[in-house]
Amino acid sequence: MNLEIKNGRVIDPQHHTDRVASLFISGGRIAAQGLAPAGFVADRVIDVSGAVVCPGLIDLGARLNSIEAELAAAVAGGVTSVVVPPDADPPLDEPELADRLVHRGAEIGKARVLPLGALTLGLKGERLAELAGLKKAGCVAFSQATQPVVDTEALLRAMEYAASFGFAVWLQPQDYWLSRNGIAHEGEVANRLGLAGIPVAAETIAIATILQLARDTGCRVHLTRLSAAAGVALVAEAKAEGLPVTCDVSVHHLLLTENDIGFFNPHARFAPPLRSQRDRQALSDAAANGLAAICSDHTPLGADDKLLPFGEAKPGATGLETLLPLTLKWAAAANLDLPQALARITTAPAAILGLPLAGLAPGAVADICIFDPAAEWQVNADNLRSRGKNSPWLGHMLTGKIRATLVDGRVVFAERDS
Amino acid sequence: MINPQLNQDGELCHLLSIEGLPPRILTQILDTAASFMEVSQRDVKKVPLLRGKSVFNLFFENSTRTRTTFEIAAKRLSADVINLDINKSSTAKGETLLDTIDNLCAMHANLFVVRHAASGAPYLIAEHLSRIGRNDVHVVNAGDGRHAHPTQGLLDMYTIRHYKKDFTRLRVAIVGDILHSRVARSDIHALTSLGVPEVRAIGPETLLPKHLDKLGVHVFHDMNEGLKDCDVIIMLRLQNERMNGALLPSAGEYFRHFGLTPQKLALAKADAIVMHPGPMNRGVEIHSAVADGPQAVILPQVTFGIAVRMAVMSIVAGN
Repeated sequence: MNLEIKNGRVIDPQHHTDRVASLFISGGRIAAQGLAPAGFVADRVIDVSGAVVCPGLIDLGARLNSIEAELAAAVAGGVTSVVVPPDADPPLDEPELADRLVHRGAEIGKARVLPLGALTLGLKGERLAELAGLKKAGCVAFSQATQPVVDTEALLRAMEYAASFGFAVWLQPQDYWLSRNGIAHEGEVANRLGLAGIPVAAETIAIATILQLARDTGCRVHLTRLSAAAGVALVAEAKAEGLPVTCDVSVHHLLLTENDIGFFNPHARFAPPLRSQRDRQALSDAAANGLAAICSDHTPLGADDKLLPFGEAKPGATGLETLLPLTLKWAAAANLDLPQALARITTAPAAILGLPLAGLAPGAVADICIFDPAAEWQVNADNLRSRGKNSPWLGHMLTGKIRATLVDGRVVFAERDS
Repeated sequence: MINPQLNQDGELCHLLSIEGLPPRILTQILDTAASFMEVSQRDVKKVPLLRGKSVFNLFFENSTRTRTTFEIAAKRLSADVINLDINKSSTAKGETLLDTIDNLCAMHANLFVVRHAASGAPYLIAEHLSRIGRNDVHVVNAGDGRHAHPTQGLLDMYTIRHYKKDFTRLRVAIVGDILHSRVARSDIHALTSLGVPEVRAIGPETLLPKHLDKLGVHVFHDMNEGLKDCDVIIMLRLQNERMNGALLPSAGEYFRHFGLTPQKLALAKADAIVMHPGPMNRGVEIHSAVADGPQAVILPQVTFGIAVRMAVMSIVAGN
């Protein structure tokens, strides 16, 4: 099938191109940009005047509780690859489970499913999972999701073992002892509302430990969902030192602070918690200067999971369908242009994964997102395809609407005519 | 952000927290309570303000004392009072908090008095009532987690006003476990709203929340400094589970440094009053000679508490 996407504003952050052009797709790959290759006959021409054509978004963290609905949500959000943390039920700690997930994803045929294997059995932080077997089954790296490894020796051994195969380890830095009883950032708001606090030290102590072990083992480390200015500063120092470390932030943490808890709004409960305005600014700077990639940290929950007092509500928000508009909202506030904004959710995550999934040059895999950068829409329970309707953005108007999404050159999502 | 405890006219429809309430409402409650003090002296201790209304005491956490004072207050307003110990009934069977509320609304409840271990639980109930269009049902927070205990805060203000008349010349010290105390948070908001120029918090760092200065509170770790020249001393209860662990080494060491003895009380002004929300731990946070001494106003607090709770219930149910 040969496809021509014409009249779109083609933005390729990897090659720093931004121009109105046609994109020619053949055999699931980009055949050419601008002029049609010799002998190219389009089976289908899609006119996307006024829309942006960019590489499909890569989400570094999305939970797929009901896989069909969530993969449909992914492509409706322009996301063509999702990295799935291993904290499913059961945890993804056996090659067979990873194999089944990858196959189920392929069968559904929407976004690519890139699982993270459990670093330890049952995510308990004690015994190693079969990392090589999980890798063979399709896991892209290894993680504890939100579970800390309490035993520092177990963490050291896991990183040594991963390093001997060249595997990357993804860790959400959160000291178990300092975070186990907390429900909100230890700051002014938690104090006023009488919510048990999680100090910034819960993050910095964990980062310091992980970085020291990375230094000793040579293990490649990706730190997920940073929340604090002091955490960002430690990662920046480690990068300057030359350690093989990368990091990401959730887009919610770029836009919200502890103040958004308001009067105990359970939709503002996150793990790690929303922190102060100063922390938010530091995360924003880290994303703006390229230190951190941006992800949705998509966590679809049932309605009952949030209809509880703040401290009993589950943390997290649905996010696949708001990743693009929220990233655009953040970029506008941070004075970044569209190509720079898109880089944080396309080329930056692709580089962290080491996968060639974010280019529009001839020969690249045709994973494409087409969106109207000016169209506004309201987030509400009815127009989210995710099973999770839990979002702090319910009722908000957001700018940036997906027109179509392609994976391997196939149209996997097209906006309904309305 | 809309303050969920005020209606469109800016009047009190729920009492969830003292934070965010304008001083005029605090004063209105105290004045109304003063007018109810006389009711308790009568032979027939009743006024018909809530006749025909149903008040549900929803105690998800045990508290005989607070529940009893709410019950007496509601009965003096001629309401029908239903006490529910939720610990032992519905939630044990898996019913959610909001299911319980829906069921009780179907039984034509008019007012819920809610005590819950989770901070913010009464807000969840108030928002739910607004969502289902039951603006005729009111919520009074009888203590939620570490967050707020607004009727205790108000009765403390009533007590202070009764003995000291003018809030704007006072130095008030709150002593003890402020970190875990909903009473302390409510007192701090009430005192600063009513114009008390100096509010002090005294305790070891392990029992003080961070960022107390942001609430306008001066922090002291030494009783001898903190009590100096105070007009009002509010002692807090130290829960048993805090006494021997990572927060404090022992009840004995706590008493030696933070217990209120006659010697330490002498550092405050000669006419200083000593308050305690009860129940007291004699010999842990307070010496019996102080608790039973002439400066203690702990029992009058209990009496005032009934009038204050009558005032709160009659005001929210009347709006």
